[in-house]
Amino acid sequence: MTAQAPASTVPADDGVNFYTREEHHPENGTLLGFWIYLMSDCLIFAVLFACYGVLGRSYAAGPSGADLFDLKLVALNTLFLLLSSITYGFAMLEMAKNRTATTLLWLGVTGFFGLCFLSVELYEFHHLIEEGATPQRSAFLSSFFTLVGTHGLHVTFGSIWLVTLMVQVARLGLTAENKRRLMCLSMFWHFLDVVWIGVFTFVYLMGTL
Amino acid sequence: MTPNPASESVLFGKLSLAAIPLHEPILLATFAVVAIGGVAVLGALTYYRVWGWLWRDWLTSIDHKKIGIMYMILGVIMLLRGFSDAIMMRLQQAIAFGGSEGYLPPHHYDQIFTAHGVIMIFFVAMPFITGMMNYIVPLQIGARDVAFPFLNNFSFWMTTGGAVLVMMSLFVGEFAATGWLAYPPLSGIESSPTVGVDYYIWALQVAGVGTLLSGVNLIATIVKMRAPGMTMMRLPIFVWTALCSNILIVASFPVLTATLALLSADRYLGTAFFTNDFGGSAMMYVNLIWIWGHPEVYILILPAFGIFSEVTATYCGKRLFGYASMVYATVVITILSYLVWLHHFFTMGSGASVNSFFGITTMIISIPTGAKIFNWLFTMYRGRIRFELPMMWTVSFMVTFVIGGMTGVLLAVPPADFVLHNSLFLIAHFHNVIIGGVLFGLFAGIAYWFPKAFGFKLNTFWGTISFWCWTIGFYVAFMPLYVLGLMGVTRRLSKFDDPSLQIWFVIAALGAGLIAIGIASFLIQIYVSFRDREALTDTTGDPWDGRTLEWSTSSPPPAYNFAFTPVVHDLDAWHDMKKRGYVRPTDGFIPIHMPKNTGAGVVLAGISTLLGFALIWHIWWLAGLSFVALIATAIGHTFNYSRDFHIPASDVVMTENERTRLLGAGA
Amino acid sequence: MASPVRALRLTALLPLLLILTGCDWVVMSPSGDVAMQQRDLIVISTALMLLIIVPVIALTLLFAWRYRSSNKDATYDPDWHHSTQLEVVIWAAPLVIIIALGAITWVSTHLLDPYRPLNRVADGRSVDQAAQPLEVQAVALDWKWLFIYPQYGIATVNELAAPVDRPISFRLTSTSVMNSFFIPALAGQIYAMPGMDTKLHAVINKAGVFNGFSANYSGAGFSDMRFKFHGVSGEEFEKWVADIKAGQGGNLDRAAYTGLAEPSVKEAPKRFQSVAPDLYDAILNRCVDPARMCMKDMMAVDAEGGMGMAGLRNVFERRVDVPGAPPATGSRFVAAVCTPQRPRDGEIKSAAATPIAFDKPLIDGAQPRSAGGMTE
Repeated sequence: MTAQAPASTVPADDGVNFYTREEHHPENGTLLGFWIYLMSDCLIFAVLFACYGVLGRSYAAGPSGADLFDLKLVALNTLFLLLSSITYGFAMLEMAKNRTATTLLWLGVTGFFGLCFLSVELYEFHHLIEEGATPQRSAFLSSFFTLVGTHGLHVTFGSIWLVTLMVQVARLGLTAENKRRLMCLSMFWHFLDVVWIGVFTFVYLMGTL
Repeated sequence: MTPNPASESVLFGKLSLAAIPLHEPILLATFAVVAIGGVAVLGALTYYRVWGWLWRDWLTSIDHKKIGIMYMILGVIMLLRGFSDAIMMRLQQAIAFGGSEGYLPPHHYDQIFTAHGVIMIFFVAMPFITGMMNYIVPLQIGARDVAFPFLNNFSFWMTTGGAVLVMMSLFVGEFAATGWLAYPPLSGIESSPTVGVDYYIWALQVAGVGTLLSGVNLIATIVKMRAPGMTMMRLPIFVWTALCSNILIVASFPVLTATLALLSADRYLGTAFFTNDFGGSAMMYVNLIWIWGHPEVYILILPAFGIFSEVTATYCGKRLFGYASMVYATVVITILSYLVWLHHFFTMGSGASVNSFFGITTMIISIPTGAKIFNWLFTMYRGRIRFELPMMWTVSFMVTFVIGGMTGVLLAVPPADFVLHNSLFLIAHFHNVIIGGVLFGLFAGIAYWFPKAFGFKLNTFWGTISFWCWTIGFYVAFMPLYVLGLMGVTRRLSKFDDPSLQIWFVIAALGAGLIAIGIASFLIQIYVSFRDREALTDTTGDPWDGRTLEWSTSSPPPAYNFAFTPVVHDLDAWHDMKKRGYVRPTDGFIPIHMPKNTGAGVVLAGISTLLGFALIWHIWWLAGLSFVALIATAIGHTFNYSRDFHIPASDVVMTENERTRLLGAGA
Repeated sequence: MASPVRALRLTALLPLLLILTGCDWVVMSPSGDVAMQQRDLIVISTALMLLIIVPVIALTLLFAWRYRSSNKDATYDPDWHHSTQLEVVIWAAPLVIIIALGAITWVSTHLLDPYRPLNRVADGRSVDQAAQPLEVQAVALDWKWLFIYPQYGIATVNELAAPVDRPISFRLTSTSVMNSFFIPALAGQIYAMPGMDTKLHAVINKAGVFNGFSANYSGAGFSDMRFKFHGVSGEEFEKWVADIKAGQGGNLDRAAYTGLAEPSVKEAPKRFQSVAPDLYDAILNRCVDPARMCMKDMMAVDAEGGMGMAGLRNVFERRVDVPGAPPATGSRFVAAVCTPQRPRDGEIKSAAATPIAFDKPLIDGAQPRSAGGMTE
C-alpha cells in the first residue's frame, strides 16, 4: 500500500534515497479502523449468538419461541430495517453527487425507518414482558432479550449518530470529514442489517418453524 | 461492611459510611499512606505551579510518545499495588500454619489474591505492553503518530479509569473475592451479594474499552502509516509482534466485554445465563472467559518476544537470525492461541477426545515458540554480544522461559493436568512465563528504549542489582511453589495443616522479598539516572548502535518524530542507512501537519468512571445522569472540526539545528 | 561476565535437583494406581521435553559466554542470518518431540479418562470381574464434603473410606458453587458443579490415611474444606460400615440435608446411619425441596418444546420468613408439576411457597404440550 517510494526523494552517497522531502501523506485509516471496530462488534454478537445457541432451548419449563414470537410482526420489522438500509444506500449515492439536500432527505427517511423498527421492537418486548415472558423467566428468554436487545441498542445509537450527522451535514455541508463520517455510519448501518438477518433467521424463523 | 440491599437509598444507592472499612487496620494504614502521598503530590504540583503544564503538555496530549510514557507510569504505580498484594499473600501463607489463622481473615485474603491477579494482568502487564507499543511502533515504522491520536488519549484514560475503580475498591466498599476470573455461580449475586464483583466488572469494562480501541488504533497505524518502502516483510519484528498482539486484542476483548455484560445482567437484572436454576449454564461462562483469557496471555507475551528480538539483534551486532521464520512463528502462535482455551479446564469432564484435541493443539504452540528460542540462540551465535542490561534480561529470559514452557506443556497433557490443575505448580508455571517472559521482556525494553524516550541512559549499577534480585528472587520465590504443587498443595488457600510445608512457603516469601528489593532497585535506578542525567546523557540518539528507525531521530524524538519521512530499502532500515552512508538533512524543512491536543479524552473517561461507580453502588440517578452526559460529551466532541495544526517550518528548523549542534558536539 | 553465567547455570539446575529429591511428594509417590499412572506420565513427558530444554539452556549459556564482546577470538559474522538446513532443524526438532508427546497424550488421555471404568487395579493386576466397584456419591457443600454410599445406605461428611484394591466409582455434584474433588494420593481431580453429574474412577492400592480437599476456590470457607480419605482392608471397611450403621448418626433425609447444606466452616466428620435413597438424585437435580421442579423433568419438558404459555405461571417465590430481612436471593424457582410418580398437591402445599405475580394456584394451567415429557 505504502510500499513504493515516491518520486521526490533525496539521494545519499550511492544514489539511494533515504527520506522524502515532501510531506508524506499516509492513506487515511479511518475506514479501516472503523471496519476493524465493526469486526470486534461482530464478535460481541458472535458471543450472544453462541449463548443463544447453547441456551436457546432451555425454556425452564416455560414458553418457547413458537409460543411467543409473532412472525408477522417480525417480518414487518425486518422490512423496516431492510428498507432503511436501501434508503441509506440512496443517501450515499446522493452524497457521491454532492447533493446536500437530497442526501439529508434520504438520511431522514432512513432514520424514520430506524425509528419504526425500534418502535415495533419495543412493542414486542413490552408485550412479552406483560405476558410474563420476562428475561428472568428462562435462560432462553435471557439470551433472546440480550441478543435482540443488544441489536436494538445498536440501532438506537445508530439513530442518535444519524441525527448528529444530519445536523453536521446541514451546518457544514458535505465536507470531506462529513463524507467520511457518513461512510462509517453507512458501514455500521448495513452491518446492523446483516446482524438482523442472522437474528431473524436463527432466532425467529428457526425458533418458530 | 455489607450494606443491606433493603436499605438502598435513592440518593446514595448501596453506598453508606459503613462501606468505608474503618475497622480494618491494614486498609486504614494503607489509606493513610495513599492519602498523605496524594496530598503531598498534589501540594507539590500546586506549589510548583505545574498544573497548567501537566494538563496542556501531558494529560491532554495526543502525542503517542507522551501517552506511551503515561501508560508506563500507570503500570509502575499499579505494579506497586499488585506487588503489595503479593507480599501480603506470601506473608500470610508463610505464617498461617499449625492452627494459626495468619493475619488475614479469609474475607480479606480472598480479595487480595483476586485483586493481585486482576491488577497484575489488566493494570500492570497491559499498560506496560500497550505503553511500549504506543511509544515504539510509530517510531519504528517512520510515522509521525498513530492513526487516531485522539482515540489513543481516550484509550489511555479509559484504562486509567478502570485502574481508579480498582483502587477505589480498597477504600470504599470491597473488591471481588472470587479469583481473578470471577467464575459463576461464585460471582453470582447469590454467592457474592456485595459490591466486590461489581467493582471487578465495571473496572474491567471501562478499561476494556480503552484496550480494544487502542488495539484498533495500532492495527490501523501499522497497516496504513508505514514509511515508504517498508513492506510487511521489512517490518521490525517488534512491530510484527505488536500487530499480532493487537489483532488478538481486537479479536478477544469483545468476548470479555460480552461475557462480563452477561454476568452483570445476571447480577443486576436477574437473568439466567450462568445461574443454576432456570436453565443457565455456569460452564458457558468458563468457556467464554477463557476464549478471551487464553489469547490474552499471548497479547502479553508476543510483544515481549518482539522486544527480545530487537534487543538480541542490537546487542549481538548482528541481523536477527531467521527473520521470516520469526514472522511465521508469530502468526502461527496468533492463530493457534484461539484453539487451546479448553486446556484451562480439562477437569470439567469434557471427555477424552475433546481433552486430547485441546492438549495437542496446546503442545503444537510450543513448536513455533521453540523456533523463536532457536532463532534468538542463532542470532547470538557468531555475534559480538555486549552484555548491557537489556541483553542480560534476554539471556535470563531464555533460560527461565524454557523452564516455564516445559511445565506448560506438561500441564497440557490432560491426565497430568488432573493432578496439577489448580495447584501451586500451575501458579509457579504461569508466574514462570509471565515474570520470566513478559516482565523480563518489559525490563529489557525499558532499559533498551529509555535513552530514546528521555535522552539519557539508565544507571547500570542499580539496574544490575535489580536484574539479579529479580532473577534470583524469581527462582527462590517460585521453585518452592513447583515443589508444593507436586506435594499436592492447591492454590488460594489461606492456611495450612501440614507443618512440613511451611519451610517451602518461608523460602518463597524470602524470594518475594528479593523481588521487592529488585523493584526498589528499579525505582532507585530511575531516580539515580534522573539525578545523574548529565553524565548519562546521549546526544547521538543512537546509543546502542541500533538497527531500526527509532534510532535515526533524536533522543527524545521531536513531537513530529522525523523532520522528513524516512524511505526504507531493507530490513533493519537504520542499520542499512548507516552502512550506506546516509547523510542527515539539515535544510529545506517544511511545516509539519500534526494533530492538536484535546481534553475530551480525559472528560469522557472521567464520566465513564463515574458511570461505573454509580452502577457499582446502585446510585441510579447518577448512573443515568453520567450516561446522558457521556453521550452528550461524545456528540459535542464530534462538533470539533479543528483537530490539527501545522508546526511552522521555523520551529522545525530550530529543533533540527539544535540536533545538528548536539551531534557536532558529541562527535 | 563469568559470575552471571555461573549463577544462571546454577539456578537452571535448581528445578532438576528438586525433582530428583522428590520421592516423598504425594503427586510423585501416590498410593493409587490412577495417580501412579499420572505420575509416570509426568515423568515421561518431562524427560521427553528435557531432550530439547537441556540443550537449549546449555547452548544459551555457551553462546552467551563464547560470543561475549570481549572475546575477540570468537568468529564474528554480522551478516549471517539465514540457513535453510538450520531452520529445518529448529522447526523439526520440537515437532518430533511434540509428535511423540502428542501420541502419548492421545493414548493416555483415553486410557486415564476419569469417566472410563477401570480395567486394572494395579500394574499387571486386572479388575476382578465378580467384584462390584464401590459406588460413592460425593456432594460439595458450602464448605464441606458429603459422601453417600448407595450400596450401603450410609452417608458421611468430611470422611471417606474405601477398601484397598477395590475400584471406586465416584459421582460428583455440588449444591451451590463449583468445587473440585481431589485426593492427590488416589487420582486426579474432577470438578464438582451444581446441576452437573461428573464422574471419576479410581482405586487405592495402599492402606493409609490420605488428604482430600476441594481444589477449586469456592468462597470463604474454602481453606477448611478438607477431609481424610482412609484406605483400609476389605474387612476393616465392612466393620467401618457396620459401625456407622449401628451408630447414632441418624437418618440423612431431605430435611436433615437441608440443614446440612447451610454454609458452615471447619465441619467435623459426621456419620449418618441411613440415607434417603434418592437424595443424590434430588441434589443433582436441584429438587431436594419437593416444591421445586427437578432439572431432569425440566429438561424433559424443554426437549418437548417447553410448557407453553402456561409455563409462565409456574414460577414461585419463597415466602420471606424473617420480618424486615431482605428477601433471600435465588428464592425464585420453577415449581414441580404432578407426575404419575408424584401425585399433585400435597408437596407444594407443604412447602412455604407463594406465587409471583399471579395469585391463583398455578398447577391447573400447567400442561405439557406432550405428556411424554413429564414422566421420569
